[in-house]
Amino acid sequence: MNFKLKIWRQKNSTDKGRFVEYLVKNISPDASFLEMLDVLNVELTRRGEEPVAFDHDCREGICGSCGIMINGRAHGPGHGAATCELRMRAFQDNETIVAEPWRAKPFPVLRDLVVDRSSFDRIMVAGGYISAKTGGVPDGNAIPISKPIADQAMDAAACIGCGACVAACPNSSAMLFVAAKVSHLALLPQGQPERKSRVERMVAQMDAEGFGNCSNNYACEAECPKEISVSNIARMNTEYILAKIR
Amino acid sequence: MSLTGLFLCTFLAEHLAGNLLLFVNDGGEMYEKYSEFLVSNPVIRTIEIVLFASIIWHALSGFVVWLQNRRARPVKYEEYRLGDNTELASRMTMLSGSVIFFFLVIHLGSFFVPLRVTGSDVGAYHLVQEKFSSLWFSGFYVLALLLLAYHLRHGFQSAFQTLGLRGKGYDSILSAIAFIFWFVIPLGFASIPVYFYFFRRASGAAFTLGLL
Ligand code: HEM
Ligand code: SF4
Ligand code: FES
Repeated sequence: MNFKLKIWRQKNSTDKGRFVEYLVKNISPDASFLEMLDVLNVELTRRGEEPVAFDHDCREGICGSCGIMINGRAHGPGHGAATCELRMRAFQDNETIVAEPWRAKPFPVLRDLVVDRSSFDRIMVAGGYISAKTGGVPDGNAIPISKPIADQAMDAAACIGCGACVAACPNSSAMLFVAAKVSHLALLPQGQPERKSRVERMVAQMDAEGFGNCSNNYACEAECPKEISVSNIARMNTEYILAKIR
Repeated sequence: MSLTGLFLCTFLAEHLAGNLLLFVNDGGEMYEKYSEFLVSNPVIRTIEIVLFASIIWHALSGFVVWLQNRRARPVKYEEYRLGDNTELASRMTMLSGSVIFFFLVIHLGSFFVPLRVTGSDVGAYHLVQEKFSSLWFSGFYVLALLLLAYHLRHGFQSAFQTLGLRGKGYDSILSAIAFIFWFVIPLGFASIPVYFYFFRRASGAAFTLGLL
């Protein structure tokens, strides 16, 4: 398959940046989007040009490093997949593909398609931890947690911190990410000691970083590669209200 | 925003219930009594203050939230297919809200001010009849109520999500109640200018007869 790419190029965080067009040829329909960029970068290196910088690590949808706005959609067309899991067969032959970095004030562009997501790390530092000593892995049936609760906590814990929720949101809100972390820990006994302070501190840090306000558009849920449900946001709102009035 | 919004919704339900008295075919006698009751009842006058405060709070906080959200994305996307993932109603709350606010200014100026502040020589029923005789006035009401429907289509469920009351196993009941608020109530309101323009125009008896 052949594609015309329109890629955001930006030298560093102070550069203004611009779109540059490239042609890539003979791409396998089974190649991932990142592999297609690899092919482009080999060609650019051969021509003596600077390759396109993009974040990646596991390339199997579990680390949360990758993340590109592709044709106006976070992680590209389709649902429930990260950019590294997106296959080129999702596009038409000779299609023009626009690739740009996540856009949000708390996610400044470092270079090309790479953004600084340390604002997420600072939210985690503010409260995304437990202090309870949990010891080794306990016996499966010895853990007194019902299956529905365990499932809900596990679904929330699936968040890989990629930032697609922020990128897709018209308000650049980080509610889905923070709600996933708060829910995951609030549902389990290990998370109880900090339950009240956690939600207050993580929300305060989220606001301090400059993320927007949630207006319940639900674009986040639609674009989340782990399909984290917005019911976690409702749960976090309950946790927050209870923490404030108690 | 969620609490003030839901409070405004309860007002809408009461307001529509009262205004349906306009359909009683008694030359407006019942509606005048209802209007008298509203003016003279101290409880109503107190709730009215809370009501106006809620409108101001709701509109102002909506504006602040909208400004903050714009600032959270200083560089816009070249291509942004938000429409693939979200409903139109959720994307136009600022527009629908602004039109409703403009509508309220006109609306209060047309009915509330003459009936409760400056005093009017015609009664409530005849004022309604007079105002809705104008195609522009009635048309604007229908348009504003259409936007109110859009506003509530997003807003009603959004308020419950904000309060943490969605996703708890009774979402289908909530959406049934939401339907009453975003569809039935605005439709009920819109039927009033339509009814008055076509069938109860101040000098429109001949027109009505001609139509039938
Ligand atoms: C199209 C149908 C409507 C009609 C015929 C109508 C009529 C009236 C009348 C006659 C009054 C003065 C009350 C009195 O003294 O008798 C009034 C007040 C008011 N209306 Fe409406 N209205 C309509 C729709 C709406 C809508 C859609 C809203 C809100 C978005 C609204 C908000 C208000 C408010 C806030 C007041 C003042 C509060 C009060 O005095 O009770 N109205 N309306
Ligand atoms: S909630 Fe989903 S979209 Fe947001 S950071 Fe976590 S995995 Fe990514
Ligand atoms: S590279 Fe790890 S999730 Fe995509």
